[in-house]
Amino acid sequence: MDFLNALVALTNFVLIPAMTYGSQLALGALGVTLVYGILRFSNFAHGDTMAFGTMSVIIFTWLFQSMGISLHPLPTALIAIPFGIAVTALLMLGTDRVVYRFYRAQKAKPVIVVMVSLGVMFIYNGLTRFILGADEQRFMDGERFIMRARDFKEMTGLREGLAFKTTQGLTIITAVIVVIALFWFLNKTRTGKSMRAFSDNEDLALLSGINPERVVMVTWLIVAALVTIAGTLYGLDKSYKPFTYFQLLLPIFAAAIVGGLGSPVGAIAGGFVIAFSEVAVTYAWKKVVTYALPEGLAPSSLLQFMATEYKFAVSFMILVIVLLIKPTGIFKGKAV
Amino acid sequence: MTQSMKTILLFALVAVLIIGTGILQGPNLALVILNMGLVSAIMALGVNLQWGIAGLFNVGVMGFVALGGLAVVLTSTAPVPEAWSAGGLRAWFAILLAICTVAGSAMMYKRTRKGWLVALVLLVGFIVYRWVRDPAVGAIEAVNPASTGFLGGLGLPVVMAWPMGGLLAAGAAWVIGKTALGLRSDYLAIATLGISEIIIAIIKNEDWLSRGVKNVTGLPRPVPYEVDLQNDPGFVESAAGFGLDATLASSLYVKIGYSLMFTAVLLIILVLAQLALNSPWGRMMRAIRDNEVSSRAMGKDVTFRHLQVFILGSAICGIAGAMMTTLDGLFVPTSYQPLRYTFLIWVMVIVGGSGNNFGSILGGFIIWFLWVQVEQIGPAIMIFLTSGLAEGSALKAHLLDSVAHMRLLTMGVILLLVLRFSPRGLLPEK
Repeated sequence: MDFLNALVALTNFVLIPAMTYGSQLALGALGVTLVYGILRFSNFAHGDTMAFGTMSVIIFTWLFQSMGISLHPLPTALIAIPFGIAVTALLMLGTDRVVYRFYRAQKAKPVIVVMVSLGVMFIYNGLTRFILGADEQRFMDGERFIMRARDFKEMTGLREGLAFKTTQGLTIITAVIVVIALFWFLNKTRTGKSMRAFSDNEDLALLSGINPERVVMVTWLIVAALVTIAGTLYGLDKSYKPFTYFQLLLPIFAAAIVGGLGSPVGAIAGGFVIAFSEVAVTYAWKKVVTYALPEGLAPSSLLQFMATEYKFAVSFMILVIVLLIKPTGIFKGKAV
Repeated sequence: MTQSMKTILLFALVAVLIIGTGILQGPNLALVILNMGLVSAIMALGVNLQWGIAGLFNVGVMGFVALGGLAVVLTSTAPVPEAWSAGGLRAWFAILLAICTVAGSAMMYKRTRKGWLVALVLLVGFIVYRWVRDPAVGAIEAVNPASTGFLGGLGLPVVMAWPMGGLLAAGAAWVIGKTALGLRSDYLAIATLGISEIIIAIIKNEDWLSRGVKNVTGLPRPVPYEVDLQNDPGFVESAAGFGLDATLASSLYVKIGYSLMFTAVLLIILVLAQLALNSPWGRMMRAIRDNEVSSRAMGKDVTFRHLQVFILGSAICGIAGAMMTTLDGLFVPTSYQPLRYTFLIWVMVIVGGSGNNFGSILGGFIIWFLWVQVEQIGPAIMIFLTSGLAEGSALKAHLLDSVAHMRLLTMGVILLLVLRFSPRGLLPEK
């Protein structure tokens, strides 16, 4: 029995990766939930918007790298994020002006707008691949680790190492800052309050003189910032590939629905629920259990519930269970 | 212009396009477009049944198409006796156990409403399932992994795989429909999107069943092989009678064989779909689509009707998927991309005119034609556009490289334009 090593292994292989992934999902799900709350449709182009935002960040990163600007030991991409957000925001405002506004004015059925978002998804997808290609790109530079596994072992004398990557630390810190800023904005500022009012009751909000077009514009701006940050963090932490971002759509939607569509707190909770379940179900628990159990009881199998390739199945199953038992999600979203 | 005039004219246009391709780019390409166009038209009919007639939003078409492909493998490939004796029965028994566990826990939840009991049943069932399954799967995959490594199929004629594909897809649709129908429309979309990704993940990873990413090649064909035809003196002679050499004639013969079979299937499904559309059942479905509340008030069981039409539409997609895999002669799980097999079919239905079966077929042909031709013509246009740029410049090379991605953009633009300016499609519902 060796609880300390078990704990370290658990932190290293489950807790830290799940925290990181959960933060990325939470930021993504916040975007979905905001669009749903204000514009009242499920945005299927969300994953590809993320890919687009990340792509613009990558291009600015390369630009800065070639100019010799760097933030060492932090990745250069951090300086590029604001520029990436600006480009993405322009694209989204343009899309809203050309595409979505027409359907808003018509008060089209949500399912029609969802279909329109499929068309937008095609276009973003094509744009992203057209500009940067469909291949994997790595744009991480700077110091790779905050804590190396070897250093940790030397420091503590434990058998298990604890590695903490810069990107993981960055992801968690950035997510916390972004979430605090977003909640401050939604709860304290005039614009944020008008957004919440608009989401709660559109007619009443209109009667109180809230300008809907302004609310929508601010929403797209916030969503652009959220997706670009989430996408960049995901790309730094793992790697950037347009198709992976499209596939993120499922866990992100699952997170938003599990938390309750339209509820920002729910989106964050949902992100972590999905991330922790995915990691826990696809992780081979043999190592942790071997440490935690008395000698001689060590398991012979890997104790992996599902192969890593089935991680989508995990988010899907959680989604189905929530839909069956509590369709409004944990935090009472607006969808029925 | 009356609607039927328009229908005839637009289909004549499709014929002109395909025949024109035959004259300008060779009869082989024209037949390739025609054959996949027929398959696409069947898929579009399936989606139209769900969306156009019942208003169900299914974005998991890819999953049902892939299940059709899997059905071809499971039905028509020769069984592998060594693999079966290594653990075939045990593996299928494990699957049976899994199904029983899920079904049992669902029933238990209905009876007792105790979440922890269901979780316990699922956990125990899962452990037993893995205990039964893992050794069997390992043994099967160890049997000659380079050439088989899977159980093989039933060794039946490949045409039998088409209805089998429909059945498999219908089964999957029943499971999804039971869980996601009756909730709001966005949820069905997300559920189907999820299930299609899971189906692909299963096909890619369960090597004992489908050979996974090792692909299954050399699937049996319902038509003769080109080589056999070329070695057949009688065939060579009659080809020479048409003034064709044996190689070209044999390839045309095979493709036309497929075209005839696919046309027959398309016609059968079209006739059935038209009959359904104009029957009292079809009127009821459209009534439900247009106003669920009033249909419910009239005593219609909306959820059951939705389930019914969802299963039917998915089965049609499964049949089309089986036909497509038969046409390719190989099963490549990695080739299933949602943009190509889900969203492109949607573009076909919307552009053709949702709610109109002829519209879906028309959309299937036109969009498929564009999809192929944009790939053919795109590079030529790009070479023309970039001809002003300096030879060997990075921008020029990049633009020429990325032209392949133009078709996604084109499809997106077409979809948005149609939705905006002609939301009822080329051939609107009557």
